[in-house]
Amino acid sequence: MSEDRALHDLTIVEAGARLRAGDTTAVELLEAVLDRAHRTEAQLHAFLTLDRDGAMEAAEAADDALAAGEDRGPLHGIPMALKDNLCTRGVETTAASQILAGYIPPYDATVVTRLRAAGSVIVGKTNLDEFAMGSSTENSAYGPSFNPWDISRVPGGSSGGSAAAVAVGSAFGALGSDTGGSIRQPASLTGIVGLKPTYGTVSRYGLIAFASSLDQIGPLSKSVTDAASILETIWGHDPLDATSYSGEYPELSADLEKGVEGLRIGVVGEFAGEGYEPAVESAIARMLDRLSEAGAAIVEVSLPTVDIALSAYYLVAPAEASANLARFDGIRYGLRVDGATAEELMAKTRAQGFGPEVTRRVLLGTYALSAGYYDAFYGQAQRVRAALRDEFGAAYEQVDVLVSPTSPTVAFRAGDKVDDPLSMYLTDICTNPLNLVGHPGISVPVGLDDQGLPIGFQVMAPALGERVMFRVAAEVERLATFNSRPVLEEVAG
Amino acid sequence: MPVEIDIAHVARLARLDLTAEELEGYKAQLGAILDHAAKVQSLEGEPAVEASHPLRFENAFRPDETRPSLDRDEVLAQAPETVDGFFVAPPALGTE
Repeated sequence: MSEDRALHDLTIVEAGARLRAGDTTAVELLEAVLDRAHRTEAQLHAFLTLDRDGAMEAAEAADDALAAGEDRGPLHGIPMALKDNLCTRGVETTAASQILAGYIPPYDATVVTRLRAAGSVIVGKTNLDEFAMGSSTENSAYGPSFNPWDISRVPGGSSGGSAAAVAVGSAFGALGSDTGGSIRQPASLTGIVGLKPTYGTVSRYGLIAFASSLDQIGPLSKSVTDAASILETIWGHDPLDATSYSGEYPELSADLEKGVEGLRIGVVGEFAGEGYEPAVESAIARMLDRLSEAGAAIVEVSLPTVDIALSAYYLVAPAEASANLARFDGIRYGLRVDGATAEELMAKTRAQGFGPEVTRRVLLGTYALSAGYYDAFYGQAQRVRAALRDEFGAAYEQVDVLVSPTSPTVAFRAGDKVDDPLSMYLTDICTNPLNLVGHPGISVPVGLDDQGLPIGFQVMAPALGERVMFRVAAEVERLATFNSRPVLEEVAG
Repeated sequence: MPVEIDIAHVARLARLDLTAEELEGYKAQLGAILDHAAKVQSLEGEPAVEASHPLRFENAFRPDETRPSLDRDEVLAQAPETVDGFFVAPPALGTE
């Protein structure tokens, strides 16, 4: 079936099968994605850095290992891309900020160490909204990325570079980070799979911190099975992250073929109505019908606090960001703008080094934490978070998983929301509640609207509920039979 | 709740040296965002606020053993200015 498709269009499972059958090599897989990047980067700008030499060395080593009978698993020899807020030793890591221009980390993030140990080939570092703050990848200090389905539109964000790279075949899979939807929303807008695992299951060591109680690293891929392979490689306890979970981890692949017969699927009533595009709502409704025909019980669920979750999110996330970004002071690394005193140096460096969205969020978070406003804003936001946790907990007593659109709209036009921060924030309305409660969620593509733009379906599960989440996601993928890939005119860069 | 923002004070706390014009722009945007954020005050009830981590577990400790740290020269190579293994910065105290 995969014989007549270009190498760069294969899933990780298909590429791995060819590799083990001796029909291709890791070097050929790498050359295929590098060639694809060469032909599409001028239009997409998915990457900030392509590490051709490092990747070629890793691909050759992967081929040598396989030839010597050493098989390190599903990602062995597979070219992967990394969001540029993940530290890579010896390879520039900027978080798409001017303040980190030229920064070469002295260590690898734990997820990078694990990918390398699994024999994976790291192609390069992908574009993002500066410090992962945004929903369109337009807040990058190095210029925006574009959507391969329509290059006048955004790929979503903040992991928009990773999403565009996977969707177009410039990498077989990628890692992103998800603080309020930054993996799931771009996956939805580019027609691929993206997931945020349970908080605490993937080490954040070496992830440039945005909001530490919300941030979680996760995979972007062309299939649900590929996402499971990537997650199984990167997750697990890590003593270098104090919030890392040290108990039992679910087995992800066990139930992928099991279907949804007998499962109870809750539809969250609050994720519909005003602001939701009709094409998105009807794609979700069609999938619910199919899931019902496949034997699942569809149950209406109400989570009333979801309506104020976004308000809580835009207090908690900036508050944590304002503390985390205090480290960018112009003294130990990154940009420095001189000043007569340490404070002047810091204030000038930060004003010049941070872009407008980061500046806005640092100001917002500083205000929300400042004397006199703390309880009314930050304290109350924490109570909303607790109420959400209670509501989700009660819902999961009735159902196995919850579902919703991933994004209320398909990919919007570049430039449409950049001058209106609040309207940009509203694009994360279906995804950010899971970050507030720490639960996992996955976006699976279910179709295209009449303009040919992808629509994503979100499956949510309780903490450590990844096994049932993957079971449902795999069935959604089978029922959707979504196998479209973006048609992009190739222009050599 | 009408939101009062002393934007110059907030910018000073955040160590951001912004122009008067920039401050005015951010003040207006923060006002709009905080109006939306103030919806958190509509929450009814007093849910118990616990740790935000969804998985309960004990505090994390590592064994109290020495182990290799990052290479000093590699770390200092990223600093804007160093001398003899130290970071160089202007005075932080006694400047006001």
